[in-house]
Amino acid sequence: MKMEFDIASGDFKKAGRASSQIKKVLKQLQVDPKIIKRIVVAIYEAEVNIVAHSFGGKLTALINGNSIEVTLTDCGPGIKDVEQAMQEGFSTASKEVRDMGFGAGMGLPNIRKNTDEMNVTSEWGVGTTVWFRNQF
Amino acid sequence: MQTVIKEEVEMKVSDLVEKFGLKVFSGEDGLDREVTGGYVSDLLSDVMGNAGEGDVWITLQTHQNVMAIASLKDLAAVILVKDREPEEDTLEHSNEESIPILGTNRQTFEIAGKLYNVLNQ
Repeated sequence: MKMEFDIASGDFKKAGRASSQIKKVLKQLQVDPKIIKRIVVAIYEAEVNIVAHSFGGKLTALINGNSIEVTLTDCGPGIKDVEQAMQEGFSTASKEVRDMGFGAGMGLPNIRKNTDEMNVTSEWGVGTTVWFRNQF
Repeated sequence: MQTVIKEEVEMKVSDLVEKFGLKVFSGEDGLDREVTGGYVSDLLSDVMGNAGEGDVWITLQTHQNVMAIASLKDLAAVILVKDREPEEDTLEHSNEESIPILGTNRQTFEIAGKLYNVLNQ
């Protein structure tokens, strides 16, 4: 099964739409609730990252019998130093975003903690792709 | 010597409303949700990463993403401190998800202390 979502830049009201719908599907598929809880955290954080930091992007989730694989691609601006971005506490979020309670530098670390496999590739001036997978 | 058997008493959101005199803004259908713990934070990723199912979340954030998180994490309820009021779309989302948004005039330290005591009695 393939699910696709467009994620608009700056649209915080819709952040959580993809994670919420994917959660419903995984529940229907009777996936172990513990696994659903983990993947949902990862998807939400990844959605928020696109809303808060990018010019917009897309999320694709592939669900099969024994795993869920999620790919998020955005159309820039990219991450200058991926290793630094993966460190807990590092953030480039604006004051406005921080005032909402986002931008604590926990997004990418939360994704790493809640997924079995994760990969981030980014090119400054081009865009970022975040990929992760959890086994059922 | 007397043996005291401590009974596990189920705590519901409605019990907290009554005990602490909380205002119910929305999500009335969820007042019978069971409360198993609490979490205090205004950083959304912290809550996303660390709150547990059945927790009551105490915060001063009032925007709609609060409900997105409450729903994704299966929280029992949200308590807004210091007379803060939820935004309109936060209320709507709370009603859709049947996760109550509650309010208190107390500040976080006080209401968290009360909740902690009640849950650890």
